[in-house]
Amino acid sequence: MSNILLELREGLSIAWRAIKANKIRAILTMLGIFIGVTAVVLMSTAIKGIDNSLQQGVSSLGSDVLYIDKWAWFSNEEWWRMRNRRNIEIDDYTRFKDLAKLPLAIAPVSNSMQTIKYGDRKVESVLLSGSNADYVKTTNFDFSAGRFYSEIEANGSRNVAVIGSEISSKLFPRGDALDKIIKIGPVNYKVVGVIAEQGSTLLGAFNPDNQVFVPLGTVFKNFSSRRMRSITINVRAASPEMLEATKDEAEGIMRKIRGLVHNEPNDFSINQQEGLTSFLDSITIVIKIAGLFITGLSLFVGAVGIMNIMFVSVRERTREIGLRKAIGAKRRTILTQFLLESSVICLIGGLIGLIAAILLSFMLNQFFPTSVQYDVVILAIVISLLTGIVSGLAPAYTAAKLDPVDALRYE
Amino acid sequence: MNIINIEHIAKVYQVGMEQVHALRDVSLKIDRNEYVAIMGPSGSGKSTLMNMLGCLDTPTSGIYDFKGVSVSEMTDNELARIRNKEIGFVFQTFNLLARSDAVHNVELPLIYAGIPSAERKERARQALIDVGLGDRMHHKPNELSGGQRQRVAIARALVTKPAIILADEPTGNLDSKTGEEIMALFHEIHKKGNTIILVTHEEYIAEHAMRILRLKDGLIEKDEVVERRFIPNQH
Repeated sequence: MSNILLELREGLSIAWRAIKANKIRAILTMLGIFIGVTAVVLMSTAIKGIDNSLQQGVSSLGSDVLYIDKWAWFSNEEWWRMRNRRNIEIDDYTRFKDLAKLPLAIAPVSNSMQTIKYGDRKVESVLLSGSNADYVKTTNFDFSAGRFYSEIEANGSRNVAVIGSEISSKLFPRGDALDKIIKIGPVNYKVVGVIAEQGSTLLGAFNPDNQVFVPLGTVFKNFSSRRMRSITINVRAASPEMLEATKDEAEGIMRKIRGLVHNEPNDFSINQQEGLTSFLDSITIVIKIAGLFITGLSLFVGAVGIMNIMFVSVRERTREIGLRKAIGAKRRTILTQFLLESSVICLIGGLIGLIAAILLSFMLNQFFPTSVQYDVVILAIVISLLTGIVSGLAPAYTAAKLDPVDALRYE
Repeated sequence: MNIINIEHIAKVYQVGMEQVHALRDVSLKIDRNEYVAIMGPSGSGKSTLMNMLGCLDTPTSGIYDFKGVSVSEMTDNELARIRNKEIGFVFQTFNLLARSDAVHNVELPLIYAGIPSAERKERARQALIDVGLGDRMHHKPNELSGGQRQRVAIARALVTKPAIILADEPTGNLDSKTGEEIMALFHEIHKKGNTIILVTHEEYIAEHAMRILRLKDGLIEKDEVVERRFIPNQH
């Protein structure tokens, strides 16, 4: 046991001498591993970042909220079939609200895209959601200023608006949005509330940070006629556990309202976060596989570089190997020596790569939530060691099985 | 007891389709504290015999006992251990590690013997003092003359206190004056009770030995005792 430790220590010191003797070559070889490990660490960090922000983004939709819509978010149904469905009207909402017992809150929503202006500043393609005062109960919004519009404002179709944090910071860089008059399309609205940042960057326009909320009546009045656009009914279950029951109830009520007989298919869809999650999962899995494949490739190229250099190193030191064997080095000793050499090269390259990746991820963090986790650090170290051992194996074996007589005679 | 006992060994190499009989039938005994020179023209089999004696190679047939233990059927690892503990090699081209200083070169066999660092360093220093290089401990090979390099190599051969010292043309790369100095060192080492086997093709080098084996075509042609110009101390 102590003998093996001694051998390891001697092997390390021999490996270190060999690396020092060929500094430039070792550094160039390390570069391959450095790039590979940096790529692997950054990629796994980025994948984690994407996962996290998706999770965050999706969670702002609420895991306990159902969206009853003419359109299914994800479905195999032909789009024209869904187009031909009857619109969901405000009357459907009224009847639904009367019949539903389980939901915590129910709100009708009508969405449209509008340009928002304040003075010279404007934001285009903003998702404008018209609803009633119950809408806020279907969300987890906090307010950084003001409040949601009231029932009186909603019922009276007052021109009041609640804006997302992004919209607020774009139109009011100094953060003084409250009570200002903004223009939604051609119409003046007064800002009564600013929603605290939700941070679900990946939802894009559907991120509440980028949305504006106004009373539903004003949407019908100012932007689209009552008949033109189908509305969505947002239904919040009392708890995530109650979601399935609430969904079943909602389906029954909707079928009844729409007058569907028992064998007719639903002419509406009940969407929920879960569908989005699995859809996003199917996208991220592609990103993950592609990313890992590409980074794996760069690591592979690095490993081939190491193998190549180790073969050169063995060839160059044939006489030295012969001498070492002549004075008593066993095959195992020679094998260990060369494996240690390639491992040390890889480990140094890998550690530098890891440091570079951590620095880079700090920079990336400005745009995109990333952080290098402990498991990635361990992964990087394991990968570099493994690369060293795997790529050193063939050259080291070649060295170990050299015949001492031939090796000593080698010119 | 004989250190080396060889009976009817042969070595056949397969070179392409051809079989080369490097050694045909060699029998040989070498006793403790002998000083033997092996001579012969190239192709006579002297290199093969030396590799065999040095346990770098095993015979195709015949018996080779080293200190009473059969070497013929040893595994690679067992051969490595014998080479490490019992045999000190001195090569024509010195074969020192270019990037290591004298002490490190000398302690190399002790590393493979698993001896701890402090003891290794001490023994390597002592061996260097013994060969007259007490003031060159931390010089690298390129900072040493040819004769000094060969002294480092001899110190490396001696440091494990081996049963035999096997020198392959040790003066081949040296001028004649330095060569004489090295031969004087061998003489001294022999006087201290070591067993030396010297492979050479120079008659005047071989004459330093007590016994000369002449090889030809894979056979021992002549095995003669050299007439002594001086009598070494017996231990």
